Amino acid sequence: MNIINLDHISGTPLTPEVQTAMVDAIHKNYGNPSSQHQLGDEAAEALQKAREQVSRLINSKMEKEVVFTSGGTESINQAIKGVALAKADKGKHIVTSNIEHNAVLRSLRRLRMLEYQVTSVPVDPYGRVNPKDVADAIQDDTILVTIMHSNNEIGTVQPIEEIGKITRERKVLFHSDAVCSVGVVPVDVRKLNVDLLSFAANQYNGPSGVGGLYIRQGTGLWPLLDGGVQENNKRAGTENLIGIIGMGVASELAAREMDRRIEHTRKLKEACIEGLKDRIDDIIINGHPEFSLPNLVSVSIKYIEGEGIVLMLDEQGIAVSTRSACAAGALQASHVLLSIGREFADAQGTLVLSFGAENTESDVDRFLEALKTAVDTLRSMSPLYRKAVGG
Amino acid sequence: MYSQTVMDHFKSPRNVGEMKDADGVGEVGNPLCGDMMTLYIKVKDDRIDDVKFLTFGCGAAIAVSSMITEMAKGKTIEEAKKITNKSVADALEGLPKNKLHCSNLGADALHLAITDYEHKRDGKPARKAERVDRLEHDHDEHCYCPYCDADVTEDMEYCASCGKKVKGGDFPVI
Repeated sequence: MNIINLDHISGTPLTPEVQTAMVDAIHKNYGNPSSQHQLGDEAAEALQKAREQVSRLINSKMEKEVVFTSGGTESINQAIKGVALAKADKGKHIVTSNIEHNAVLRSLRRLRMLEYQVTSVPVDPYGRVNPKDVADAIQDDTILVTIMHSNNEIGTVQPIEEIGKITRERKVLFHSDAVCSVGVVPVDVRKLNVDLLSFAANQYNGPSGVGGLYIRQGTGLWPLLDGGVQENNKRAGTENLIGIIGMGVASELAAREMDRRIEHTRKLKEACIEGLKDRIDDIIINGHPEFSLPNLVSVSIKYIEGEGIVLMLDEQGIAVSTRSACAAGALQASHVLLSIGREFADAQGTLVLSFGAENTESDVDRFLEALKTAVDTLRSMSPLYRKAVGG
Repeated sequence: MYSQTVMDHFKSPRNVGEMKDADGVGEVGNPLCGDMMTLYIKVKDDRIDDVKFLTFGCGAAIAVSSMITEMAKGKTIEEAKKITNKSVADALEGLPKNKLHCSNLGADALHLAITDYEHKRDGKPARKAERVDRLEHDHDEHCYCPYCDADVTEDMEYCASCGKKVKGGDFPVI
């Protein structure tokens, strides 16, 4: 059965060019890029080429500002813990937002065990951070501001450039989790005034398990991985060259195809939202109507729980994602949804749909049809629905 | 993730519905952790003659609700009292570790419905079906982290082993 994948935030398919490049790399049997002999030369060249491709995608001033990692989570951990440990004698205060990804939140929680303090700024009902709140939160002993570029649950895009101006002025380092943005929407690190930026290849048709951390020249960080001097002495360890080559090709394609992909997914997003409003009652579309990822829709469906929907749609060959507590393996509702004002019950019934280049309008139609059936079935079993319609 | 039996009960749940004239009603859960269940029983000659449920919850919660109504139907009150969350989970061929709390839902609702029936039968003052906040801990129960299985104590908000939040609590999360 052909699966309709509407969960691209979890991972995107490798484009044929990326697949070819990676398979070629496998057959080539590259040596170690750090070797001093011929076997390492070609590997070093391939590594450098990939670095250039990524550097162009994010417009870093120097290629060596791009450090390859094992993915978004490692990049985020490295950025936050790396700055915290390096700047401990300057201060121990960090500013963040209420809707960050768990990699940010749990890294900060880990640092709190070492007596770091964290101020978390709220968001408006659309998920937007107010730069003034960030400015007000910065203290004399603040060493880092970390605010995500776009949110993986509701798609809201933050005013990073504005926040960057503030941090520049106040001389505080600024990290942004841009995992859902890089390769999907234009991200220019110089324009954004960020010092550190985390991103991952699997968000834009590159392989999983490889990502990048942009580290502005001159930014002092404690590396998480000590050992050799790879990645400009910022991240020890022999490189995942095959993955990196895939990431490089994906980056080049993303830069070239970006406008077309945005246009394509935006149409699907609009059709999806319209269809949801038409066919299903008692829903809430989450996120910002304007400052939002073009490929993501978050919808809270009242009176039912998300995992039930995912299972029913999965049976129909449609893959979607939910942020319900049960499905996330957590015991509480999504902090992101609670931050924008969703009630607990509505947060539990929230679906996240994310589109890719291979999705079509008919995919969206099939999804809407299957969703209506699933919602009707689950509502017929729901005590909340019974109460709402007066039972 | 789910056994065949769980998926069967999820896809074709037995005894869905409500009873306007139930002899006993048990309501459990809260949206905080994503599960709510209302269970209705009709009792004849000390036996559970009919049983219905409504559930707001994940696949495991729905399967548990369906299974427990099947297990309770036709049993005497005393037999039904012996149904535990473990027996429901076993009947379902097991549940993933992080879904075991869903099986508590079913057993709690059934026992509350029975208690409600007994109160009515014994002429005690009519008692509104009680909602149990499942975040309250049964102190005899063994507390463990649902993610890494390490022991957690009553007062722990975060598991000392893996750092994940194990108690519903105030927001924000940091």
